[in-house]
Amino acid sequence: MAHAAANHGHGAHGHDHHDHHDQESMKTFGFWIFLITDVILFGTLFATYIVLRGNTNGGPTPEELFQMPGIIAETFILLTSSFTSGIAVLAMNRGNKKQLIGWLAVTAVLGAAFITLEVIEFVHLVNEGATISTSAFLSAFFTLVGTHGLHVSLGLIWMIALMLQLRKRGITPVTKRKVENISLYWHFLDVVWIFVLTVVYLMGVM
Amino acid sequence: MAKTHEASSHEQHGSHGSMKSYTIGFVLSIILTIIPIVIVMNSMLSKTATLVVILAMAVLQFAVQLIFFMHLKEGENARWNMMALLLGLIILLTIVAGSIWIMTYNAVAH
Repeated sequence: MAHAAANHGHGAHGHDHHDHHDQESMKTFGFWIFLITDVILFGTLFATYIVLRGNTNGGPTPEELFQMPGIIAETFILLTSSFTSGIAVLAMNRGNKKQLIGWLAVTAVLGAAFITLEVIEFVHLVNEGATISTSAFLSAFFTLVGTHGLHVSLGLIWMIALMLQLRKRGITPVTKRKVENISLYWHFLDVVWIFVLTVVYLMGVM
Repeated sequence: MAKTHEASSHEQHGSHGSMKSYTIGFVLSIILTIIPIVIVMNSMLSKTATLVVILAMAVLQFAVQLIFFMHLKEGENARWNMMALLLGLIILLTIVAGSIWIMTYNAVAH
């Protein structure tokens, strides 16, 4: 059914537009492949964490360390930002540049709030004496959660750059593809966080 | 799933999703996040049951976001996207399950 709809759409476009569109959709597919390789990256980090989570080396255990209120707040902030990045794409599809940039800004602010809470959590852990070199559990923990945080931070920089580009160039086939990709990336990071919440935090305190 | 298709068929080509599909996805995600948090924070179930339920909720939410947010089943590349994802998931499960298996049952590890 999706195929039929796509073919119908192509018929309505001019030939040049068609070629250009094919190239952009190829790039989106390329980005999708990148996301799949990122799945594998996080898979190795999750496997490492699961294997090492019991090895606390006499140091603090997950139950003693994790403070759930902050984690739950982070979860809902990131989930909401995933939703607002979707609304940004909808605004773009309507051709509304102002709303598009606005919703991307909301997404970026929520993403920044998430990172702020995560940094506060990490600083708290280090102050408690739970550093990356304390135990195998904490090495795996900081690597896994830190890699996710790094992804969100890079996404924020990308999003700000894209907002500037959108303001300058407007909604073109190229910027449109970029917004679609960053939205995919953002949803992907939310999905990874759901597994971080489940495997690291919820399984840590249960 | 039928609903997303219905919603998307009204949109023009190239535009994925609708406010409706995003809202459904968002509400389902919130519910699927609250359930495991409530169960764990109140220690409502036995250890094994909790584990099964929270992992099931995470996998369900993964599916919800794939369908309602990432529009896995829409667009001309839907089949390729699905194939790449399946390959990724097979590698992921092999790495995670294989690591757990070998580190749990390999006597050298202890």
